[in-house]
Amino acid sequence: MPMAADEIAAMIRAGIPDAEVEITDLAGDGDHYAARVTSPAFAGLTRIKQHQAVYAALGGRMGGVLHALQLTTAVPKD
Amino acid sequence: MSDTNARIDTLVKSNPVVLFMKGTPLFPQCGFSSRAVAILDHLGTQYESVDVLQDQEVRQGIKTYSDWPTIPQLYVNGEFVGGSDIMMEMYESGELAELLQPAKAG
Repeated sequence: MPMAADEIAAMIRAGIPDAEVEITDLAGDGDHYAARVTSPAFAGLTRIKQHQAVYAALGGRMGGVLHALQLTTAVPKD
Repeated sequence: MSDTNARIDTLVKSNPVVLFMKGTPLFPQCGFSSRAVAILDHLGTQYESVDVLQDQEVRQGIKTYSDWPTIPQLYVNGEFVGGSDIMMEMYESGELAELLQPAKAG
């Protein structure tokens, strides 16, 4: 059962303080998403660690029910 | 270290550039793996590829090895670099070309 965009965004927000999350349904099929996550919590972390933080927030769903999530992470500009 | 972990460790450490992927560079079996191959080919990189679809132990083991839930995974000089999203970001910023410079095909 694929995940809904809202559910993905809610899990990321719950796991990462102050995260801004933008989800795009890439194929319109509710199964292939792109997520852009911006959070001050990413400051000083490598890209790998930033992505791992998002995957941790998704609680093991990444690579399982959520197989196609294109991920971009960033620290807020200001 | 389990047998699989040791096997992965050897693969990663005995090749300067290794891509764990679904399928082969000629016939990638997943869009993300295909993107990873396209980036490496575009940069003219010489790399070793491991088709995880041919080996269930490696397919699961590589996720534990790097604490990374998805495939493809790129390793350069024994270190985990990232999946296809990070590869794309590093490609666009020029960092990947720099990192792969010494491994460029002669």
